[in-house]
Amino acid sequence: MKEEIKKFTVSIYTENNIGLLNRISAIFQKRHINIDSLVTSVSEIEGVSRFTIVVQITETQMKKIIGQIDKQVEVIKAYYHTDEETIYQESCLFKIRSELLFEERQIQNIIKDSDAKIVTVNREFFVLEKSGRRNEIDMLHRDLSTFGIMQFVRSGRIAVTKDEMKITEMLEAFHH
Amino acid sequence: MDPKTIEKSKAGETVTERISGSEAVVKCLLAEGVDVVYGYPGGAIMPVYDELFNYQDKLHHVLTRHEQGATHAAQGYARISGRVGVAIATSGPGATNLITGIADAQIDSTPIVCITGQVYSHLLGSDAFQETDIVGISTPVTKWNHQITSAEEIPEVIAKAFYIAKSGRPGPVLIDITKNAQLEEVDFSYEPCKRVRSYKPAPNVDPFKVAEAARLINSAKKPLIVWGQGVILGQAEKELKTLVEKAGIPAAWTILGASALPTEHPLNVGMVGMHGNYAPNVLTNSCDLLIAIGMRFDDRVTGRLNSYAKQAKVIHFEIDPAEVDKNVKTDLAVLGDARESLTMLLPHIEKNTHDSWLREFEKLHKVEQEKIIDHDLNPTKDALTMGEVIKFINENTDGDAAIVSDVGQHQMIACRYAKFNKTKSNITSGGLGTMGFALPAAIGAKMGAPERDVVAIVGDGGYQMNIQELGTIFQTKVPIKIVVLNNNYLGMVRQWQQLFFDKRYASTELSNPDFVGIAKGYYIDAKRVTKREELAAAVSEMMKSKDAYFLEVVVEKEDNVFPMIPSGASVSEIRLE
Repeated sequence: MKEEIKKFTVSIYTENNIGLLNRISAIFQKRHINIDSLVTSVSEIEGVSRFTIVVQITETQMKKIIGQIDKQVEVIKAYYHTDEETIYQESCLFKIRSELLFEERQIQNIIKDSDAKIVTVNREFFVLEKSGRRNEIDMLHRDLSTFGIMQFVRSGRIAVTKDEMKITEMLEAFHH
Repeated sequence: MDPKTIEKSKAGETVTERISGSEAVVKCLLAEGVDVVYGYPGGAIMPVYDELFNYQDKLHHVLTRHEQGATHAAQGYARISGRVGVAIATSGPGATNLITGIADAQIDSTPIVCITGQVYSHLLGSDAFQETDIVGISTPVTKWNHQITSAEEIPEVIAKAFYIAKSGRPGPVLIDITKNAQLEEVDFSYEPCKRVRSYKPAPNVDPFKVAEAARLINSAKKPLIVWGQGVILGQAEKELKTLVEKAGIPAAWTILGASALPTEHPLNVGMVGMHGNYAPNVLTNSCDLLIAIGMRFDDRVTGRLNSYAKQAKVIHFEIDPAEVDKNVKTDLAVLGDARESLTMLLPHIEKNTHDSWLREFEKLHKVEQEKIIDHDLNPTKDALTMGEVIKFINENTDGDAAIVSDVGQHQMIACRYAKFNKTKSNITSGGLGTMGFALPAAIGAKMGAPERDVVAIVGDGGYQMNIQELGTIFQTKVPIKIVVLNNNYLGMVRQWQQLFFDKRYASTELSNPDFVGIAKGYYIDAKRVTKREELAAAVSEMMKSKDAYFLEVVVEKEDNVFPMIPSGASVSEIRLE
């Protein structure tokens, strides 16, 4: 029986070192696995970085990859979660010609209904920001593309988990 | 200020001195107890070489003839001594030439530290002369790597490099040092690294898992131990022997586990895997409990996974959590250092014997003896066999020598037939299968254990992959014995072509040079043997020589190595012909 492919959010707490991104992405590359999205940022702990990576693979593969990531010297701890176990968001920006904002009433309704936010407006263009689930962003993209989008960009997924990840305790245990 | 001014800290404990980054590198190596380094100089590492010149009475630098040779020599040194091997190279091609050895050390868990020079930090990314992104290139094949761009970082980073290379599951570490960092001055003091907060070398052994393992072992009717290099790396040879003897369990080994238990121990039932022994392979699929200790279920060991030991419960003693359930699903994983785990296990183990189970091994061993071993070791045909060469080496060394083999047919024959009395005696490239490994690795092995006989067993193909290291042997006078088993073929590939590619010998036949002439060109004593009646005397003369010695033995061209588990077959489908 073939194992089901699922979407997983990988959260990795690491030291903040040059080259670690390469080391972590190489683990996926070696196994011919495509990364859907990848975000690096600071975490809730000072001096500790956090990677948030989304991949679609089987859980068996996921477990093995977490093992490989976890054993890297500069990785403090790696976790994986399903969508049900996380609260997650993406963010996107649309750059659109300003005249459309005044000429096309429809656009104003779309912006209002979608909970998007106008970040800036000038004579040539305005920038619209929207955070949410992937399908909400996709829907907004579809609605706006009929009017013409000058530029579009979407961020990778950021996610927090419903469960606690006890990184602080782990780091404190090291210092004692 | 005088660069050598010695300052004492306020607490009066840490003594620092102001020295160059390159001198700091050498002092770090000395502080780590390094007595020999292998390397090759070049532009970006010249300041370090200048300091090696100053410290040559304390730290022996061996000039290999190629940087790949330096890494394999460092590996040979590490594998025989249990200490960290060190290789040094310049930037660019010097650094990239290290990669094969680093990849080999990574897959075979060998502790080495490689130090590479790098262009000035202000030139990084400018495609400067001999600039290459060696940290980027080496990332997937190192346990850890790091680029140093200022002298201040040197002591701490090198201390960390040694700690990471040797602790837990060992592996290669690469430290890239920009030229300015070598030239700058630093207030030097050395503190060995004891821990890294994001790194746990070995999991704590769980006593409940140990107790559960003991329960399974005590109640098993047909238990089989398969041990790997984890026993050697974890210095658990004595504990393994006690376990085997107390519980009366037949024990088989992976190629890298060889020599942890003497070859002639009555419960040593031989090698597992593709060209391993018949009995342990076949009976892997009959045992009721498979006890894997410090091994990683490599595909060359397991054959087809979905018919590997499916009838058995599997216990996996393993230091690296990522290895558990990677290839073979285990029923019980005991994580942790091998010696610690086995020490905790032994008091729970009941004294036992498994006589009728052992007789199954004896019965199958007899089959292999008659069908294969007798023909390999005591052939009746004219041409010499690789096996009889190993037999004569055994007779001359009585199993006390370290055997360093290359990759291919001769490697399998050497591992199958070499007699080992002492641990750390089988040095070979297992996971990566690196042809060209043996000659430089033997140099390092002899330097890591000068009191031991070191015999390199090499094929005519692999020998020519690092043949330039004869220059290193000549220059250092390292008295290793080199045996080339010459069948004028890339024998293992030819065997596969014969068995699976319709005897289409694509690019496997070699036109070989005058090997004796080449050795003599390097002023190394050399001899060529083609007849059986000359063999015993030639081997004995080689082993008696106080100097380096080269022996070429011309063997049967188209012999095959059996038993063999064809790829994709199950261990119990192992073929005897």
